[in-house]
Amino acid sequence: MSKKVKVSVQGLYKIFGDDGASKVELVKNGMTKSELLDQHGHVLGLQDINVDMKEGEITVIMGLSGSGKSTLIRHLNRLIEPTAGKILLDGEDILSLQGDNLLEMRRTRMSMVFQKFALFPHRTVAENAALALEVGGASKQEQRAEAEKWLARLGLKGFEDSYPNQLSGGMQQRVGIARALCAHSEVMLLDEAFSALDPIIRSQMQDLLLELQKELHKTIIFITHDLDEALKLADHLVILKDGYVIQQGEPQHIILNPSDVYIERFVSDINRARVLRTRSIMKPLGGQDLSVALPVLADDNLESVIEMVHGDTSKSFVVEENGEQLGYFDMHDIVAAMVPQRAKEEWVG
Amino acid sequence: MSSYSGLFDLLGMREWCDEDKKPSLMSLGKLKGGEANWYDVKFPSLDNLHEACAKVPQTRDFTAGIEDGFLAIRPVLRTVLDPLTQPLSWALDGALWLFTSAPWWLLVPVLFGLCVFVTKSWKIGALVLSFLATFLFIDHYDHAMQTLAIIFVCTLICVVVGVPLGIAMSKSDRLQRAITPILDMLQTLPTFVYLIPLIFLFKITEPKLYGLAIILYAIVPVVRLTNLGIRLVDPDVIEAAEAYGLNKRKKLWGVEIPLALPTIMAGINQTIMMSLAMVVIASLVSAPGLGTLVLDGINNLRLGVGFVAGFAIVLLAILLDRVSKAALDRVNATQSNH
Repeated sequence: MSKKVKVSVQGLYKIFGDDGASKVELVKNGMTKSELLDQHGHVLGLQDINVDMKEGEITVIMGLSGSGKSTLIRHLNRLIEPTAGKILLDGEDILSLQGDNLLEMRRTRMSMVFQKFALFPHRTVAENAALALEVGGASKQEQRAEAEKWLARLGLKGFEDSYPNQLSGGMQQRVGIARALCAHSEVMLLDEAFSALDPIIRSQMQDLLLELQKELHKTIIFITHDLDEALKLADHLVILKDGYVIQQGEPQHIILNPSDVYIERFVSDINRARVLRTRSIMKPLGGQDLSVALPVLADDNLESVIEMVHGDTSKSFVVEENGEQLGYFDMHDIVAAMVPQRAKEEWVG
Repeated sequence: MSSYSGLFDLLGMREWCDEDKKPSLMSLGKLKGGEANWYDVKFPSLDNLHEACAKVPQTRDFTAGIEDGFLAIRPVLRTVLDPLTQPLSWALDGALWLFTSAPWWLLVPVLFGLCVFVTKSWKIGALVLSFLATFLFIDHYDHAMQTLAIIFVCTLICVVVGVPLGIAMSKSDRLQRAITPILDMLQTLPTFVYLIPLIFLFKITEPKLYGLAIILYAIVPVVRLTNLGIRLVDPDVIEAAEAYGLNKRKKLWGVEIPLALPTIMAGINQTIMMSLAMVVIASLVSAPGLGTLVLDGINNLRLGVGFVAGFAIVLLAILLDRVSKAALDRVNATQSNH
C-alpha cells in the first residue's frame, strides 16, 4: 500500500480569537484548551494535526461534536484559514493560493458535500448539479448534459427540472453528490454528508458512495460522528478528540488496538462480528492441522464466518486471498475477538 | 426674586450676573404668579436660573441658537444640496406632467396592463380597473394620478438608493452600526418635523422639497429589510457557494439577492405605503394630489371634500398594497413553491 499522498496536513493549528497566531507557542508548550480559554480568551480548535490522505482512498475523520472535525475539513479548501501549519494538495501548499487561484482550486480540485445539503433553493436540480461548471463558464448545453449524466447515475433521472425542496432528504443529498461529481475534482470532501438522513437511507447512501468509489477512485475525505459509518467506509481512519488526533490508522487495527480509553469506549459499542475481518484476527501459519480447516476469504467478516458454520464451535479456518493461504484461526479466536480490548494491553489471542 | 438668587449671591457672582441686565422675556413660570414656598420649589431649569441671574441663557435662547446656527450654514447647504437635488425636481415635474397630461383613455389601460403584467393576476387587474373607474367617476382622477406620480418617483429613488445601501450594510457590521441609529431617527421623527428644515433649505414651490421629505421618511423599510434579508440567507448555502468557487459578485447576484428577494420586496411594499402616508402630509408644502383636497377640507371645514378625498386615498392605498403584494408573492413563488 504505497499509494501517492494526495492531501497532506502537516502541523496544523487553529486557534479561534483575535490574536490566535501569538498563542500557538503557548499551545506547543503544553497549554491545554481550558487554560487557553481561561487565561487568554482564545479557543483552541485544532492542535498539531498531521494526516496524510492517500489518492483513491476514503479517509474518514471521526469525532464527537466539538472535536474539531468540521473545522478540519473546512481547512482543506480554506473555508477556514489555519493559524499555523501546512496543507499540501499534490505537494503544493494551498495556503499560498490567493484570490482567483483559490477560487479556481475550490471549483476544480476539491468539491464538497454538506450535512444540510446546502442546495440553492431557487435553482432547479440540474442547475444545482452543474454549479461548478457554470462558475467555470461552461456552455449551457455542456452544463445540462453533465448534470443529466450524473443525476441519472445517482438515480435522479426525471427530476432535473424539479426544485430541491420538492425532493426528500436522501434525494437532495444525491443532488449534493451530483454537484460534487459534476465538478470533476479529484478530491471530495463530505462533511457529515449522511448524518441528516434516516438510518436505512443512510445505509443506502453509504453503499452508493462505495459503489461510486469503485468506479471513480476519488480521494474522499469523509467526516462523521458515527463509528459504524466510519468503519464501513474507511480505508484510513482518523479519530479526533478536542482538536487533536488521538489515533489514526487502518480501522481494523484501531478496533483491535485502541490506544486510549476514549477510543476503547467508542469501540466497545460496535457490532464487532460485522466489522472485524478474518485477516484481522488470523494467526500466522505453522504447525496447525489445516486438513479440517475451512477456507475463508481475508475480507470476510466474522459474522459471515459464524453464519457459514451455524455457530459450530469446533471448526477452524484457513484464510486465503487470491488462492494463497495467509493465516489460520479457529472459533476460539472469533469468540475472543468479540470482547473489546483494553487500551494499550497486549492482546492475547 | 426667584429662590435661586441667594445661590448666586452666595457664590459671589451677583456682580457678574447683573453686569448688563436688561428686561428679560417673561418666563412661563412667572405668568402663573404666586408666592414661592418650599412646596413649590422650582427645578433649576434654564428659565428659572435666568430669573435669578440674567447671565444664564433662557431655553428660548437655546432654540433660537439652533435657528441661528441653521440659518448660518444654510447658504453652504443650499449651494451643495441645490444642484444635487435638482434632478429630483425634474423627475417629479416630469412624472407629474406625464401622469396628468396623458389622456385617461390611454393611461388607464396602460396602468391596467402594467399591473396585470407585474402580478400575473386578472383579479388584481380587475380591482385596479374598478378603482381607477371610481376615481374617474367621482372626478378625483387627476388628483389621484398626481399622488401616484409622486409615489412612483419617490419609491423608485428609495429603491435605487435604499437597496444598495442595505446590501452595503449587510456586508459591514460597522456600517450597520453607523446607519441603524439614523434609520431609527428617520422612522421615529414625527412626520411634520421632516418639513421644518426642508422649508428653510428650499423654496416652498420646488417639488424637491416634498420629494425629499417623502424619500427620507419612506426609505427606511427598504434599507432595513434589504439588510435583514441578505443577513438571513442560510449560511450553509453561502458556504456551499464559497466551496464551489463563486466570487463575491456571483455570490451576491446569484445567491444572496435572489434568496433575499422576498424580504427586499416586503421592504419595497412598506416603502410604497409610507410614501403614500407622507405624500398627504407633504401637501402642506405644496405637494399636489389627493392630500390638497384633504387639506382644503380641514382648512375650510368642508367635511365632504376631506372625507371623499380621504376615501380616495384609502382606495389608492389598497390598490398599491395589493399590486405590490401580488408581485411579492410571485417572487416568493418562483423561489420555492413550484
